[in-house]
Amino acid sequence: MRVAVTVNGTDYARDVEPRLLLIHFLRDELGLTGSHWGCDTSNCGSCVVWLDARPVKACTVLAAMADGRIVRTVEGLERDGQLDPVQQGFVECHGLQCGFCTPGMMMTARWLLDRNPDPDEAEIREAISGQICRCTGYENIVRSVRWAAEHPEGPT
Amino acid sequence: MTGGFGSRPRKEDQRFIRGRGTYVDDVKLPGMLHGAVLRSPHPHARILSVDTVAAEAHPKVRAVLTGESLAKRDLAWMPTLSGDKQAVLATDKVRFQGQEVAFVVADDHYAARDALELIDVEYEPLPPVIDARQALDPGAPLVRDDHPGRADNHIFDWEAGDAERTDAVFRAAEVTVSQDMLYPRVHPAPLETCGIVADFEQISGKLTVWATSQAPHAHRTLYSMVTGLPEHKIRVVSPDIGGGFGSKVPIYPGYLCAIVGTMITGRPVKWMEDRSENLMSTAFARDFHMRGELAADRDGKIRAVRVQVLADHGAFNGAAQPSKYPAGFFGVFTGSYDLEAAHCQVTGVYTNKAPGGVAYSCSFRITEAVYLVERMVDVLAFELDMDPAELRMRNLLRPEQFPYTCQTGWVYDSGDYPRTLRMAMDLAGYEKLRAEQRAERGNGHLIGIGLSFFTEAVGAGPRKDMDILGIGMADGVELRVHPTGTAVLRISVQTQGQGHETTFAQIVAEELGLSPDDVEVVHGDTDQTPFGMGTYGSRSTPVSGAATAIVARKVRERARVVAAAMLEVDPDDLEWERGRWFVRGDPDSGRTIAEIAWAAHSNLELPDGVEGHLDATCVYNPPNLTYPFGAYICVVDVDPGTGKVDVRRFVAVDDCGVRINPMIVEGQVHGGLADGIGMALMENIAFDAEGNCLGGSFMDYLLPTALECPSWELGATVTPSPHHPIGAKGVGESATVGSPPAVVNAVIDALRPYGVRHADMPLTPAQVWRAIQGRPFRTDLAIS
Amino acid sequence: MQVPSHVEYERATSVDHALLLLSRPDARVLAGGHSLIPMMKLRLAQPEMLVDINGLTELSYIRLDGSQLRIGALARHADLLDSPLAGQHFPIFHDAERVVADPIVRLWGTVGGSLCQADPSEDLSAAFAATHATAVIRGADGDREVPVREFHLGPYETVVGRGELLAEVRVPVQPGTGSAYEKVARRVGDWSVAAAGAVIRLDGKNGIAQAGIGLTAVGAEHFVAAEAEEYLRGRAPDEESFIEAGAIAAVHCHPVADQRGPEDYKRHLVAELTTRALRRATARATGPAAAGAKRRKAA
Repeated sequence: MRVAVTVNGTDYARDVEPRLLLIHFLRDELGLTGSHWGCDTSNCGSCVVWLDARPVKACTVLAAMADGRIVRTVEGLERDGQLDPVQQGFVECHGLQCGFCTPGMMMTARWLLDRNPDPDEAEIREAISGQICRCTGYENIVRSVRWAAEHPEGPT
Repeated sequence: MTGGFGSRPRKEDQRFIRGRGTYVDDVKLPGMLHGAVLRSPHPHARILSVDTVAAEAHPKVRAVLTGESLAKRDLAWMPTLSGDKQAVLATDKVRFQGQEVAFVVADDHYAARDALELIDVEYEPLPPVIDARQALDPGAPLVRDDHPGRADNHIFDWEAGDAERTDAVFRAAEVTVSQDMLYPRVHPAPLETCGIVADFEQISGKLTVWATSQAPHAHRTLYSMVTGLPEHKIRVVSPDIGGGFGSKVPIYPGYLCAIVGTMITGRPVKWMEDRSENLMSTAFARDFHMRGELAADRDGKIRAVRVQVLADHGAFNGAAQPSKYPAGFFGVFTGSYDLEAAHCQVTGVYTNKAPGGVAYSCSFRITEAVYLVERMVDVLAFELDMDPAELRMRNLLRPEQFPYTCQTGWVYDSGDYPRTLRMAMDLAGYEKLRAEQRAERGNGHLIGIGLSFFTEAVGAGPRKDMDILGIGMADGVELRVHPTGTAVLRISVQTQGQGHETTFAQIVAEELGLSPDDVEVVHGDTDQTPFGMGTYGSRSTPVSGAATAIVARKVRERARVVAAAMLEVDPDDLEWERGRWFVRGDPDSGRTIAEIAWAAHSNLELPDGVEGHLDATCVYNPPNLTYPFGAYICVVDVDPGTGKVDVRRFVAVDDCGVRINPMIVEGQVHGGLADGIGMALMENIAFDAEGNCLGGSFMDYLLPTALECPSWELGATVTPSPHHPIGAKGVGESATVGSPPAVVNAVIDALRPYGVRHADMPLTPAQVWRAIQGRPFRTDLAIS
Repeated sequence: MQVPSHVEYERATSVDHALLLLSRPDARVLAGGHSLIPMMKLRLAQPEMLVDINGLTELSYIRLDGSQLRIGALARHADLLDSPLAGQHFPIFHDAERVVADPIVRLWGTVGGSLCQADPSEDLSAAFAATHATAVIRGADGDREVPVREFHLGPYETVVGRGELLAEVRVPVQPGTGSAYEKVARRVGDWSVAAAGAVIRLDGKNGIAQAGIGLTAVGAEHFVAAEAEEYLRGRAPDEESFIEAGAIAAVHCHPVADQRGPEDYKRHLVAELTTRALRRATARATGPAAAGAKRRKAA
């Protein structure tokens, strides 16, 4: 079947099997390998992208479900060559080590900050509680999001 | 910026934050095919037949491999890192649930999965050996009947220390305590699973492999030995790796199947395991059934430690450790204390479970050793009704005792242990916490305070003592300064998130006065880097970091000679201040490294015997391991009505010697502390009586989230390693080693009013409640 | 990753269109998909056709209609958690939704999907059962109502038939009501080891007019602790009653030992959590918010 999706502002259309998962559509059909996969049971969250402006675990939806809709991935966080404050925050505060969970964490952080520009530590931890990181022990991820909250215009 | 050590953002982050890392599953080659593994549902069964006709007929399938077809190429079995052999694809029997039985190569991943369902395997199930404690019972089913003449499931016996002297101390002791404890089977579960893209180019005969490998050069050598391909025709590339933690050290059957697949089809073959394959078949960690004993005086002076261990190695002995150490470095169970005697005895057994044992940041079984001794210290505190901090303080090694040779022969390099413990206690507000605990017990509110003081031994290892399959653990490094003054450093270790592209540049920067941004760190490609044994056991800084400092010093010394030629003085007349050589007494007369580099490449005349350019190599054979250490304090609140444990605080004071990049060091510690919460409270791979793996997905194998982790409180002391060129010790595994006993000790401490002395990990709500009832359960078997 | 086997996909353009598509024998509803797609990836479910109803926004609402809280089946978990209306009348839903899955899954999983998945460990089943809610099932011939307490036939089996769609859940709103949900899990987002939801309606004279007790993950028939509910009727809402009700609930369920815990622990949790839920539900029925509601009503 034909699936047409707008990803990071660009329209794509591909012929795919109905069973193709959105994460595989993005990675293998469109070559957007910034979103990852890490489990079989929707627990790890390394696949988090936005579908119609809300985070979703892309391993748990079909590409067909995204037909006619809008997707945003980590590759679309940067705007006109400018890093999003969330991306900059992760660099400033060592919010990543192996980098595998990072795109998903940043997409969730961006969504959180869009709704709650000044989240406290508990709110940040709650927002990322559906996503696993094996490297950072979460501390610096929380600090990275706080940095982004405190620098909404990016680095001064 | 010039020089060297200090916190600074990482250079590698720039690609990761843009989603432009290259992990193995991101690699896409023209014509690439996809592999999938068919796995056994039975833990123990004879294979009667394997029918692949329907799978081969699938329009998208390009090849199907079975044990039989691999056997024709002499590839049905491969050597393990422990000198055993492991089935690549099963031939006669399957020996664990999840064992590899067949391999499909298809046009795409989905078709490969479909084709697995078309393979028909006829099994004759056999009784499995699941309970390690029954593996040596007479009449126990034989797991390894492929070993000629084998009659039981016994793998090895190993001991360390002095049994006679230890027994004598125990006999004379005022107090002895004994405690059985299990370190359950757990799994490192890096977020990226294991996988490979194998590409054999027919005309040149070159095999290129992109793999999730923590040790690309070792893999290259092993692939050559196993496949017969000449080693110079093999290239192993570890691109970005999404976490390793020891699980990406071994070579897995899927890798070899992909290699055979590319050789048969003439096209690249990608194989990425799914999460259940990762949890059920790749290297597990721990599974040590331990009996610990302490002998002490009534006033708390610990005299001796004695341990017996039953080690469950699964169906194949695939544990990855230096060859003379079948139980890894468990010998440091002597801990951080001044003992008169110690002895341990470890028995390894086969069971019908996945192979492994050494993984998950264990520093080769030091997680097990530290858990044993730190739990035993608390058990002794319980028996003597003594404060666990006070008991430790009384027994910790004193600074003047270093270098300290422990009762099993390890030479701890340096440390001021009491200072570190005191700092942790101050950061935690220890006395205040104990007062709060006492006050709250009256209200039925359970607070627990748990300590752990650990001594690590990392940086394997000296050539005379350590090798893996006969290959010494020296690592090479190469530094080249370009004509225009920037540099490239080629290292043999393999980051999986530890920040090597930054920290190794910082070492060069510190030695040469370059900016870290002007030093390119090349790693992960065996065609571009010197030989080494990879990154695990926290060895990168102790071994390769030392090599880097030494090679940078070699370059600095060559630069001195070149500068002397430039300035027409004697090299001995020159002094170094970071970044330049200058004539002693004449500070304006200097030449920077960049200027020297240009000159070294120019037509400047150099003294006889001095070669041009500005580069050096080094192969570093460490003289000893390094011994990071730390004091951890965990505070928990326990709800006795439900058994739920909440980790309120965690204080960690680490001493890893000199810190190259404190920000990165702290990040390493943060990650390891989360591991401790995971293992102490929720992580477990148990098996039921039929041999079904009960931890085969992230719904069953639970990992801590941001909500289970407190905000970590870190401290630092710095006791340089006397034998390391920059005094650094390495820290990658310290927190994973030190934290589980702190959490367990805290929970048991909280349950003191109920007289609980011990309960095995994971301390799930059920286990905590059962411990309160006086009936904790075995956690390696199914709950019944 | 594990991936689904072949399946057909159709997107419903209206409820009637959905019902038509669902009249095929092996068609399944695809709403949030966060129960179904994971099962399809593990190949535990292999439907022939998926009927995507996510476009049927007319099924996504939470509103008060007279004395009923009406929740459209397509309301997402996050909608219910964020709904002030639901939280005001039935804090049990907020308590439960807060501990269902994780914040991202809650954006997509639906109330209807959870009830229809009928997992014995699913939290909303017990919460709705405790509130004596009614399921509205739509078919080609119109709607039929089934009490939530009769909605589940067994694990993974409901009364929704071929060609039918769960459209709405209706919850009766009555004054003097308080509710709460208590869950124990091994880790955030895990299925319950056990959980209890309580809805208490007080009569004017400090007695319990009606108690609803829902139990999760312990094999309670229809997710309900009927004997404990019966015991509480007419009794004073005091600590002694709550403890006894918990003890009765613990006896009349069928927890099974698994890696979440042994049977004796689960039974203990039923007693403990039932008691705690009753305590909190009663406090909410009599507390300041309740008093405020009474004042607003009088005004």
